[in-house]
Amino acid sequence: MGAERTAVIGVGQTRHVSARHDVSIAGLVREAAQEALDDAGLDWGDIDAVVIGKAPDMFEGVVMPELYLADALGASGKPMIRVHTAGSVGGSTAIVAAKLVMAGIHERVLTVAFEKQSESNATWGLSVAMPFQAPLVAGAGGYFAPIIRAYIRRSGAPDYIGHLVSVKDRLNALRNPKAQLHLPDIDLKTVQESMLLWAPLRLLDVCPSSDGAMAMVIGSEQAAAAAPGPVAWIHGTAMRSEPTMFAGRDQVNPQAGKDCAADVYAQAGITNPREDFDCAEVYVPFSWYEPMWLENLGFCPEGDGWKLTEAGATAFDGDIPWNPSGGVLSSNPIGASGMIRFGEVAQQVRERAGDFQVPLKTGKALGHAYGGGSQFFSMWVVGNTKPES
Amino acid sequence: MRSLRDVAVVGFAQDTAVKDRDRNEVEIISPVVREAVERSGLKRRDIGFTISGSCDYLAGGPFTFVSGLDAAGAWPPVKESHVEMDAAWALYEAWVAIQTGDVDSALIYGFGKPSLGDLHEIWTLQTDPYTVATLWPSMVDLAALQADVYLSSSGRSDRDLAEVAVRSLRNAQRNPYAVVSEDVSVDELLGRPVTHRPLRDTDIAPITDGAAAIVIAADDIAKRVCERPAWIRGIEHRVDPQHLGLRDLATAPSAAQAAERAGVNDGAIDVAEIHAQFSHEELILREALGLADGVDVNPSGGPLTSNPVMATGLVRIGEVAGRIMDGRAGRGVAHAAQGPCLQQNLVCVLEGSN
Repeated sequence: MGAERTAVIGVGQTRHVSARHDVSIAGLVREAAQEALDDAGLDWGDIDAVVIGKAPDMFEGVVMPELYLADALGASGKPMIRVHTAGSVGGSTAIVAAKLVMAGIHERVLTVAFEKQSESNATWGLSVAMPFQAPLVAGAGGYFAPIIRAYIRRSGAPDYIGHLVSVKDRLNALRNPKAQLHLPDIDLKTVQESMLLWAPLRLLDVCPSSDGAMAMVIGSEQAAAAAPGPVAWIHGTAMRSEPTMFAGRDQVNPQAGKDCAADVYAQAGITNPREDFDCAEVYVPFSWYEPMWLENLGFCPEGDGWKLTEAGATAFDGDIPWNPSGGVLSSNPIGASGMIRFGEVAQQVRERAGDFQVPLKTGKALGHAYGGGSQFFSMWVVGNTKPES
Repeated sequence: MRSLRDVAVVGFAQDTAVKDRDRNEVEIISPVVREAVERSGLKRRDIGFTISGSCDYLAGGPFTFVSGLDAAGAWPPVKESHVEMDAAWALYEAWVAIQTGDVDSALIYGFGKPSLGDLHEIWTLQTDPYTVATLWPSMVDLAALQADVYLSSSGRSDRDLAEVAVRSLRNAQRNPYAVVSEDVSVDELLGRPVTHRPLRDTDIAPITDGAAAIVIAADDIAKRVCERPAWIRGIEHRVDPQHLGLRDLATAPSAAQAAERAGVNDGAIDVAEIHAQFSHEELILREALGLADGVDVNPSGGPLTSNPVMATGLVRIGEVAGRIMDGRAGRGVAHAAQGPCLQQNLVCVLEGSN
């Protein structure tokens, strides 16, 4: 039994800044949700269910905040689900929402993901000493830096490759009015001279801490037909997880990421991702993750990711632009970052990406998110044409 | 709307303790998952989807669900998700995944170790962080407020609350997973001190560490592996706005909506397991679910005698399914709730006959 055809029929997001002092958490999510509803030509009453996602509750200090947010999200009297799958959550949340439509249960589902990191301190929130566990007290950068060093050793990549990504994504962000970081003067030298945080990561190789929210309305074929504007058809969704640590685990090129990509490509009929996609929005919170994920996602053979980055293949005018929006390196409201990737590719295939619109050839694009210790993956493929089944 | 696939509970296991000093979450979850899978008759690697429900704040750190993967088994990589909700909602998401046709079976587990912290104050942090949480009402304070509103508007008294507690404690004597049980009379109980007016300690769910796991499967798979699967006939959930002034606290509108949509009263109900963490909640929920007077409510003793938070709702589904699978009941309803004053509610109708 096949699933119902499903599409993104509305997209909305806040501008992303380090601290939104002008709105509460409720105000923040409401802003993104309202924009998505307006985009879809819908009102709150048209929504059948709400699916909300965010990363750990410690980031704001509110336990299961969706309970307090229920009325702000127009969920009163409706089903509401809260997803939490670590950094991949924004993507997973969109997938859970999409499945409610694919299953034929609902016609129009509002999905929202957010983080208001100014309420707390994310690095501190990630560094809590847990009962029964060895304290790492490293934050995300401290956790991923050794894995990046392993990649550099394995691939023989020159030491400036990560910095090239840092420059490229920040230049892309200049086209995106909602991105947090706008650094018009950035160049390789600026990145190389920024403070060393966790070798080899310098300050400008690292994502910012953001307040922001992303929202989408996901609808059935019937809802898509009634939408006032173009829609982004969902051609495939996939999630994969593996444990954090075990002997022999490849943390540089995780199996779960490869399996997830293979699954979503098979659903969407993707055989050569570099040619079959017009662009990709991929979760790159630390610059070196671009070449690492190029390999993990099959855009090139293992060991060659850095060569694509160096050759400019992933640049805005390259043959396969990665993160034309500026990516996670330019805005990172953690729980929303995955959904921003999913939403930005929907905007690309709807030709609604404004100044960072890429030319459409195949009309398909990949949204990607990952989380935990590179162990949770969520991906979707969207397209400007209706899928066959 | 197209027709839904038939999905049934085919395996259930749970474990609880007053204070599990010797084991971490993974050690608590592992045997429960193994037992539920064994009972399902399916092999772990043949189960299509894995999902859990838990709450980071119980352990006081981010990503507590991540270590749960070590217990569930996730190598080679699995299709997996997690809700920061009672695991009854994880079961709902698994049921949806089966409805899409992507998978045919799922393992669902929930766990909580509230003995590590102060549960009643942790739940305070579920309230509006700007206007309510700053006053630090504990979850028991809020429940007592609701109990007071309910008793004064319904004309009932604390004797009605005591009757709920007495029956729950008696039923719990037959439940090895209950952490409190007692054969006590209503009058005797009414002689005990009121600790949070109008509630006594016996009206308040005990702190319980524990975990539960359920395996569900679709159509022919369920029939193949299980002699008498507990078929999910309806599963629905709804949420109310949280602000205490926005609704009549003597009622649970979202529970009533979910019950109606799930078709609770489309047939006779033999057994009901209700996620009432306070005695008055059972009375409110009986009305919301429209249960007849004769319905056997919380034969396990219910959450008033065993409350492994984040698994308590899933246990309700497991308890009803267990009674259907072993032939003690034909049709039953399981209910899960979360949030202050029964804010969010899920209702699941289960049946033995296909």
